Amino acid sequence: MTNTLRAPYDGVVIAAPVTIPYVRYSIESAQWWIGRALSALVAQAGIKASDIDGLCVSSFTMGTDSGIGLTQHFGLCVRWLDTIPLGGASSIAGLRKAARAVQARDADIVACVAGDTNHVDSFRLTLENFSRFNQDAVYPYGAGGANSSFALIARNYMRTFGVTREDVGRIAVAQRANALRNPHALMKTPLTMEQYLAARPISDPIHLFDCVMPCAGAEAFLVMREETAASLGLPAARLLSTIERHNAFAADPMQVRGGWAMDVDELYAMAGVKPDDLDVVQTYDDYPVITMMQFEDLGFCKKGEGAAFVRQHDLTIDGDFPHNTSGGQLSVGQAGAAGAYLGVVEGLRQVLGTAGPTQVRNASIALASGFGMINYDRGLASGAAIFAGPSR
Amino acid sequence: MIEPIKPPRRKNPLLRTRLPASPPRPRSRTSHGFTRAAAEGRFMLQRCAACGSFAYPAREACPSCLSVGLVFIDAPRRGMLLAETTARVPSDVYFRERAPWRIGLVKMDCGPSIVAHLHADCVEGAAVRMSLQLDKSGQAVAFAHPEGETPNMADDRQWREMTADPKFRRVLVTNGRNMIGQEAVAALKAAGAKTVFVGVAEPWRPFAGEERLRGQDGIEIVTLDAADEKSAADLAADIGGKVDILVNTTEYVRPGGLLDRRGTSIARDEIDQAYLGFINLAQAFGPAMRMRGADGINSSSAWVNILSVYALANWPAFGAYSASQAACLSLSHCLRAELRPGGVKVMNLFTGPVDTEWFQTVPPPKVAPRAIAQAIVSGLKGGLEEVYVGDVAEEIRQRLAANPKALERELDR
Repeated sequence: MTNTLRAPYDGVVIAAPVTIPYVRYSIESAQWWIGRALSALVAQAGIKASDIDGLCVSSFTMGTDSGIGLTQHFGLCVRWLDTIPLGGASSIAGLRKAARAVQARDADIVACVAGDTNHVDSFRLTLENFSRFNQDAVYPYGAGGANSSFALIARNYMRTFGVTREDVGRIAVAQRANALRNPHALMKTPLTMEQYLAARPISDPIHLFDCVMPCAGAEAFLVMREETAASLGLPAARLLSTIERHNAFAADPMQVRGGWAMDVDELYAMAGVKPDDLDVVQTYDDYPVITMMQFEDLGFCKKGEGAAFVRQHDLTIDGDFPHNTSGGQLSVGQAGAAGAYLGVVEGLRQVLGTAGPTQVRNASIALASGFGMINYDRGLASGAAIFAGPSR
Repeated sequence: MIEPIKPPRRKNPLLRTRLPASPPRPRSRTSHGFTRAAAEGRFMLQRCAACGSFAYPAREACPSCLSVGLVFIDAPRRGMLLAETTARVPSDVYFRERAPWRIGLVKMDCGPSIVAHLHADCVEGAAVRMSLQLDKSGQAVAFAHPEGETPNMADDRQWREMTADPKFRRVLVTNGRNMIGQEAVAALKAAGAKTVFVGVAEPWRPFAGEERLRGQDGIEIVTLDAADEKSAADLAADIGGKVDILVNTTEYVRPGGLLDRRGTSIARDEIDQAYLGFINLAQAFGPAMRMRGADGINSSSAWVNILSVYALANWPAFGAYSASQAACLSLSHCLRAELRPGGVKVMNLFTGPVDTEWFQTVPPPKVAPRAIAQAIVSGLKGGLEEVYVGDVAEEIRQRLAANPKALERELDR
């Protein structure tokens, strides 16, 4: 195991997992969704809004607002504030920063929240204005959005490692089975492998059930010190380790691994656990092929063995490798930046034993990962966190 | 393997003419380095002056050494197609109407990776040759071609979106009385134009070269005096809906500058013929062309101006003529902006003195009218916006870029 010189997250806990159930389209604003998440956080934790002294926000659709505008909007007086525009890596990045803030006592209770609305034209506008490189050198080429960019990555990955659509489909099919137990999932009907394989092509080899459904929603949690949680009588999970990496492996001609591969040893060393010790894993599933890549890069199998791994494991809630137990973005929906929070919030419920119909029995230690920002030809941001429930 | 395109059938007047749409247009300012290259048919990338590495997409500092000395230079065109995909459900109207649309990621031999439109004969894992093109929004895009020639290459569906190929299109050459006009007619016909309409003022009056135009298959003489507003409007009322390419061959050359002329009568003629003639043509034919930019195989696609290169830098020996050409150049940029929503290109050909009677006293090199005609065709086939024909034009272009003051002084002799 790798030695790490990083200070441990001793005494840092995560509490109050909040999901504002998603809808396909919303006429409300992102601020409306974020406001509901903050309201639910306060109610669930039994605190006053004035007890929140740190705020960390992520959203694609807040318009001209950032975190600072939200403080006045929601009447929050905070002494620590961050706005994290890292897409699918926002949750891990926010959690890391908030953890250090409460540990150093720059803040006592940090509300981490992500929310997005989805008007009929929101998704197209997000695609058009995603980033400078995207605007200059990707979007004018077929305007396929992330689907086309990930199609190039998926095609190269699948060819390089001999991965079939059926291999990738196992991930999507298992997640749909999980989603059927989650009342908040937007996808309500079972998905068979035959249906998965017969889906219409979107941007080859990406087919319909490889894509997430853009929607509106919000997710949130609180980060605080252990003694704060105890004084509030709040069940909380201890943060054991995190990693974050941006623009990793820039010399790889095409993306076949994410930044996790650079830091994964440290992730487990810092947590003092092995991949086998995890009870539940929540990967960032914007496309199932990216999840397969994470199985490799997060150390569950070697590079190129992702397909064999999913063939050998049952990824459902009651399976031997419970994964994306909520149904993941593929089946719950992708509420913009809230999609990044989905895994952390669901993982938190799992280790707190409050996941209800999607609960994995005796889950006490979870991993959640994030991935985001396909700025040009690859996802740039990656992160992961391991946290443990009170039972451990 | 590309199937050759077929001649379009007669248009069904009951069906709606498909309106043009533009592909995504926003670009960073630095990225217009590619626009400049594409306009001239060059392939340029940014290269770091400090460490020599090439960069893409357009950047403000070198990703290898952080030097800010990134310069657009002509770059090697060869690369390898790493992966491809076919976008079937694009989120943008232009591509949605043209889906499925094939793109790929090309690793250039000189380093960077480029997302590019793919010619149908590009094969994953094989070498490709890259070019920069102007798309229907007038912005630069990278286009990957197979490394060698393939059958019916120019008929590729995605490639034809980038070009204004005369094949199967109907062209109006506005003045067939001069040599440039007559050579243009022959070259466009040879390039596969379905019909070439040739404008001739007072066509009952005989003119040299008439036999090359009259009675030829696919060539139709029409009455047009571009300097006459009514004449242009009358012709547009007849054929405006079937002009896919307009080649403005107006030629009105008179020597002299300011002080050796008396009064404004010659200058007025120069402006009437060249500048106001341009306005008449644009107002008569421009609106219909802008409407028909997506009208199938024979959609309207380009407007061609033949300008003196002295539009760019005044040549006092032909000083007033140079000024009339500068006015036309400026107007062409206005026309380009106004035709842009239709996806119709405006191509300017810059030429030095042409080998005609009006430049009789000018020493060689002079440009043969046939060379201009060939440049029109190759410019349309390549989808260009700026073409310099002949050695004089090319020299002026370079000297203007190097030192405009030196050029001004040296044209005064």
